[in-house]
Amino acid sequence: MHLDHDHLHDGPSAVSADAYRPDGRRRALRIGLGGPVGSGKTATVAALCRALRDELALAVVTNDIYTREDAEFLLREAVLPPERITAVETGACPHTAIRDDISANLEAVEDLEDEVGPLDLVLVESGGDNLTATFSKGLVDAQIFVIDVAGGDDIPRKGGPGVTTADLLVVNKTDLAPYVGSDLGRMAADAKAQRAELPVVFQSLRSEAGVTDVAAWVRERLAAWTA
Amino acid sequence: MSTTGVRATARLTARADGRGDTALPVLESHGPLALRRTRGSGDEARVMLVGAMSGPLGGDRLAVEAEVGEGARLHLGSAAATIALPGQGKEDARYDVRVRVAAGGELRWLPEQLISACGSDLRVSTSLDLASGARLVFREEQVLGRAGEEPGRLSSRLTVRLDGRALLDQEVSCGPGAPGGWDGPAVLGGYRALGQLVVVRPEFAERAPEPRVLGEAATLTPLAGPAVLVSALAPDALLLRRVLEEALAGLDG
Amino acid sequence: MSRATLLVLADGRFPAGGHAHSGGAEAAVKAGLIRGAEGLEAFCRGRLHTVGLVSAALAAAAALGVDPVALDAAADARTPSLALRGASRKLGRQLMRAARATWPSGELDVLAREFPKGAHQPVVLGVTARAAGLGPEDAAYCSVYESVSGPAGATVRLLSLDPFDATGVVARLAPEMDRVVRSAVEAGREAVGGGVDVLPAASGPLLEIGAEVHAAWAVRLFAS
Repeated sequence: MHLDHDHLHDGPSAVSADAYRPDGRRRALRIGLGGPVGSGKTATVAALCRALRDELALAVVTNDIYTREDAEFLLREAVLPPERITAVETGACPHTAIRDDISANLEAVEDLEDEVGPLDLVLVESGGDNLTATFSKGLVDAQIFVIDVAGGDDIPRKGGPGVTTADLLVVNKTDLAPYVGSDLGRMAADAKAQRAELPVVFQSLRSEAGVTDVAAWVRERLAAWTA
Repeated sequence: MSTTGVRATARLTARADGRGDTALPVLESHGPLALRRTRGSGDEARVMLVGAMSGPLGGDRLAVEAEVGEGARLHLGSAAATIALPGQGKEDARYDVRVRVAAGGELRWLPEQLISACGSDLRVSTSLDLASGARLVFREEQVLGRAGEEPGRLSSRLTVRLDGRALLDQEVSCGPGAPGGWDGPAVLGGYRALGQLVVVRPEFAERAPEPRVLGEAATLTPLAGPAVLVSALAPDALLLRRVLEEALAGLDG
Repeated sequence: MSRATLLVLADGRFPAGGHAHSGGAEAAVKAGLIRGAEGLEAFCRGRLHTVGLVSAALAAAAALGVDPVALDAAADARTPSLALRGASRKLGRQLMRAARATWPSGELDVLAREFPKGAHQPVVLGVTARAAGLGPEDAAYCSVYESVSGPAGATVRLLSLDPFDATGVVARLAPEMDRVVRSAVEAGREAVGGGVDVLPAASGPLLEIGAEVHAAWAVRLFAS
């Protein structure tokens, strides 16, 4: 067992971004999923759970605007056992709970690790918010920003912290592009211009490939985390 | 120092008599506080508190002290509502209830309402000390003002201790001169009758009832110990009593 | 004491979880008891003199060094609603995290170890004040201010109330907050020698009842 006394804490961890738990074990990788309302965050989380649950120990924290909606969806879909899904209440301010005051989310993550751990991965889904909402580095190790083609193909051009700085940008619902008049080529070019080398995935959860590319990216991050 | 008021302390002690009944070796009425033994049911002794005059009035210092011994069962009721009335001076009135219940003892304290009449000023203090393993049903109901009347000033502090540790400590203050906001949406919100029911049972340590909403302004909540509290507000005494009785029946059932 | 340090602790942006709680305002709004600035003021005034006073006295006593375990039990007895006890411990745990990161202290470590799932928020607040070099008045001010500003901020979101009106409500209550702080600190000092039973126990029945009603809703914006 890895025991690094520099990282040992007395009682609950005091420093949010700390990579070690009070018992000295390396904690789970935390990946945040943010993005506007209706872009498909919860559907992506559900698909990721199905793709990864057989190979990884994982759990999900949802941040709903209205209490437990998203958590209820995941429970109904039975993507994970109920004890691996926790809902955080955000007091009408979902971005506050993932960025400015992350204490409730940190507690949810730590409680999951205590109760159903050890875990490899915790997905933290934000409540649907605007383009400026990003996760604090004190809460997650990497973040995925999910937009969709139906929200307008000018979103990548508009930029904003989510589109520009997220570790992975997912452009969702590509199957709808012909129906809503969105130009995928233009979205890709704009995203490239905003994000330079940061990766972008175009996905349709209805296609056969589904969440494959995002799952592959998560596996890479996890390999780097545990290396 | 009060010069005008009545000072009276009524005392009673309930003991298991060893033959499956409860005896009352002490049953002392005092002044306006008269205690009468009435017919109980089963092994329970039943006592009625009979107000020999109306009161408490401003300046009065009334107290009831009761002790329930190991294995004894006491049921205390009252014959009529207690009405707090203004006194001749400006002094407030005090009404103190001090009760101890030993392990295996049971107290059911179910008196009639306390009515805070216009111009009165009463401080009630109720202190219930239970040994671990004791059982309690305690009800208190306060009505602000007689029909159509403004309430008097009333402060009531209820403390329930189990094994020396406070299980419940609550004070409600209302009426003219009470701290601000007493009739507002955080405290009484215009309701004129408020009540509480405290039930302590050792078996709640294993399984306490879940919190429950009992009506528009009434809930049942488990306390931090083997006990539950029903808190209720109602437009009048009758509706209040109905909520509390239903809650108690639910717990007994 | 450092006045600037007090502002750090009292700042609504201090990351200790308060933003997700309405202090009972959401239940009162839904019940039609708060419809505008007037209802908000009556609500805040009642809250200030009940749970505000009790919390401030607990915080002042903790800041004076009264045994936090005894204070935590006193807070339990003064918080009959299971939902409110849960919210208070949750907020205590969140404050503990922020406090230990901001003002590391042995006393906070001991309290965190004693209550891994959170001590009552006012108790943690008082011990935090000690760790930050603040006194009982400071702890009581933080507590009293939060007891009023929390519901005011939440009502702005719940009713789309004019934020200037909401701030006006809080400002009008300032002289009463000063008085409540004085009683709270006095009670805290009495508790140093007299034990926790001397602390005030003022309660608002509608706050207690509303908290349980709120906890039973399937859909809500705030955690309490």
